[in-house]
Amino acid sequence: MIHKIHMNNSIIVEFTVNRKARRVEVFPMARLLDVLREKLQLTGTKEGCGEGECGACTVIINGQIVNSCLVPMAQVIGTEITTIEGVAGAGDLHAVQQAFIEHGGAQCGICTPGMVLAAVDLLKRNPTPTENDIRNGLAGNLCRCTGYMKIFESVVRACQK
Amino acid sequence: MADHPIGKSFPRKEGRKKVTGQALYVDDVSFPEMLHGVTVRSPSPRGRIKNISFEGSIPWDEFTIVTAKDIPGANYVALILNDQPFLAADFVNHPEEPVVLLAHRDKYLVEEARRNVRIEIEEQPPIFTLEESLAKKEIVWGEDNVFKKFLVDKGNVDEVWASADLIVDGEYETGAQEQLYIENNGAIAIANATDGVTVWGSMQCPYYVHKALVKLFGLPEEKIRIIQTETGGGFGGKEEYPSLIAGHAALLAWKSGKPVKIIYDRAEDMVATTKRHPSRTRHKTAVTKDGKLLAMEIEFVIDGGAYCTLSPVVLSRGTIHAAGPYVCPNVRIHSRAVATNLPPQGAFRGFGAPQSIFALERQMDKVAHAVGLTPEEFRRRNFIHEGETTATSQVIRESVNMDHLLTRALQLSDYHAKREQFARDNAATNGRFSKKRGMGFATFMHGAGFTGSGEVFLQSVVSAEATAEGKVKILAASTEIGQGTNTIFSQIAAEALGLDFDSIEIVQPDTGRVPNSGPTVASRTSMVVGKLVESAVTGLKQTLLGSGLLPENYGQSEFKTACAEYVARFGSLKTSSTYQPPPNVHWDDEKYQGDAYGAYAWAVYVAEVSFDGLTYEAHVEDFVALQEVGRVLNPVLAAGQIEGGVAQAIGFTLFENVVWKDGRMANNQMTNYIIPTPADIPPIRVFFEENPYAYGPGGAKGIGELPMDGAAPAILNAIENATGISFNRIPLMPERLLEEVSCKS
Repeated sequence: MIHKIHMNNSIIVEFTVNRKARRVEVFPMARLLDVLREKLQLTGTKEGCGEGECGACTVIINGQIVNSCLVPMAQVIGTEITTIEGVAGAGDLHAVQQAFIEHGGAQCGICTPGMVLAAVDLLKRNPTPTENDIRNGLAGNLCRCTGYMKIFESVVRACQK
Repeated sequence: MADHPIGKSFPRKEGRKKVTGQALYVDDVSFPEMLHGVTVRSPSPRGRIKNISFEGSIPWDEFTIVTAKDIPGANYVALILNDQPFLAADFVNHPEEPVVLLAHRDKYLVEEARRNVRIEIEEQPPIFTLEESLAKKEIVWGEDNVFKKFLVDKGNVDEVWASADLIVDGEYETGAQEQLYIENNGAIAIANATDGVTVWGSMQCPYYVHKALVKLFGLPEEKIRIIQTETGGGFGGKEEYPSLIAGHAALLAWKSGKPVKIIYDRAEDMVATTKRHPSRTRHKTAVTKDGKLLAMEIEFVIDGGAYCTLSPVVLSRGTIHAAGPYVCPNVRIHSRAVATNLPPQGAFRGFGAPQSIFALERQMDKVAHAVGLTPEEFRRRNFIHEGETTATSQVIRESVNMDHLLTRALQLSDYHAKREQFARDNAATNGRFSKKRGMGFATFMHGAGFTGSGEVFLQSVVSAEATAEGKVKILAASTEIGQGTNTIFSQIAAEALGLDFDSIEIVQPDTGRVPNSGPTVASRTSMVVGKLVESAVTGLKQTLLGSGLLPENYGQSEFKTACAEYVARFGSLKTSSTYQPPPNVHWDDEKYQGDAYGAYAWAVYVAEVSFDGLTYEAHVEDFVALQEVGRVLNPVLAAGQIEGGVAQAIGFTLFENVVWKDGRMANNQMTNYIIPTPADIPPIRVFFEENPYAYGPGGAKGIGELPMDGAAPAILNAIENATGISFNRIPLMPERLLEEVSCKS
């Protein structure tokens, strides 16, 4: 969804993205999603619905998963953000990413960045989730390709590593 | 020689790009100076355009504005009947019809500008349902509102009715369904008179877009170039629609001289793009008292919306699948695709078959009940076998064993024990608000590849090219849309060449580089195009062997040496393969009789459901999907196809309700059009029987659409088993359950 921005006064936002300090001049109500994609060229974060339903734009802000389409830039001042590009550390894959590749957790791939971040967040809070924990932990992320079975399996395999 | 790659679960070829966020979808691509385009749509469902005005305090002189008058070539989306304009010129036929295109550097301003274009319509009365269309309440298309009709006539049903022991009627309906790929439709175009038109976009069929833009611009074929970007799901929703959005972006780019990007947001994608055709099916079935089918008369109608799009082909597949995997001496199927003033419906996984199979498999349970047999026993008495004929009089030449599939599926789901147990439990807790459980199943088949002579007309081509480094590139227009094209083609090529999986490269579909291997639809990519991959790379190998540069017993390094030497001597090494039909396939397009499909996948799906008498929710508790799809090329990808298809079919059955208001989808948001979430989906347990198909690569048949077919009837059969009430319309929302349960109790 595209919103008209009436405010003429832009603000300076300093925040950390994937362990790197960033400074952008934006409207306070600009969506974090757009700033990540357009100003910082971090296009791994996807827009699926623009209203917080599908989870494709999931990022981690100060340790919590958030739909970045619902976050105005005024709220991210001073925060630490992790996007799909920063989830693994340099060059390597996170165990969740590796499991998604090996066990069919990704098909078309458009929900995958958000789904991976939701799974990473879940395993951080709960390293040995039950099937029900996985279902609930990922309930904010929609996938139209997999029917979720291979995503659940990927998460289970990732915690066995 | 490398291990045999076919049959192994190689990880997805482009998997790493996808899990790291590096895969580039169309909205991830930008060009300098790029403008953002939007579509201004009709304010009413039907009428004459009287005036277009540009209002408000918008700096209109900064905008690129395109109307039908700006179209350089033909104003229709070239497909089947060429009836749909790119931009309405003087008449609109549905409430989301594109009329004006706008582009500007500022994507926020262009959005505001869209709201300030006023289109005045002199309204004419619209029709919104297939009943209104059939009744000719208004004639909104052609002479009779009918895009296409088919008649399949085997034997003579009319001679049966008088003498039959039992005749059972039934009527069944299915609703529209949104494909809801998570990546919305989008395209970027660069266009000018010197270089022609180049489009990047999310799509299934680059050559469909190519064909449409050749006509739109009146340019020679080589001046139009279509490139598929990573595509975030299609399911049919990106089969024909991308021609429209690509054409729009290209018209704006042509006029502005700048790159133009159009990306729909979710609300626009849901309200304006194609959906699964709503349907109504009527059955009249004659059986003997011991449960043998004597005659089936089936009337199948689908609502195509305002323009023809692919409705004739959707209707064809729905028609041919309407009589299912049964043998019946007399079958008449009369089918029609009709016009309304809804936005055009289009391709969606299953392509008409989920609608007609839903009706058939509900009817089969109804007839079984009427004749006093179990659903299982009634089907066993009528299953088709090798050597018997389908409704189109196609003799089944492959071995098929539906009896065995049914036995195994019922065992895997513990059907008999559960059915008995649920009957006891349901009887014991007979309060109105109690929870009831039930078991149901559906038995069905799905034809792979284009119908009838379709593949012969397509004449698909795949090329393979060996590099001096010993890599083999596959050139095909078949797209990776999540289903695994890149991986499957690599496995097939590696197997045929005896090389490693990693030595195969799949070239990005780009009409400037790859031949036309046909559209990525109809469960044809593995079976039909995969076979062409196999023969194209076999051609490479034979060329190298024939040149004497490659020894008979070669490995990876000998292959590399031979390629390097061949390329050094002759410049390049490239072979192509063109579709050849399997022997003895005959199809009569006039009578709709003959070999409708080269091969069928066969399946039995079993659903366990619970029905909550307090909330009126029906929930699928367990799902068993057993199918015979020839050889399974990649078990993880194949299971992923089935699981995803079943989940979509569960959505089709119980969740996904398109609410129409004056011809528009009123709930065009993910907030109120609900697809299954991780919390909703039951365990989907997938099993395969392998029976290699002689004309598929490595023995494979098609798989992609099959899982969309069986879940809806299996679930409704189970709900009837749980509640004793027969439901015959989907989606079956709690509101409708409440309505029907209340009036029957």
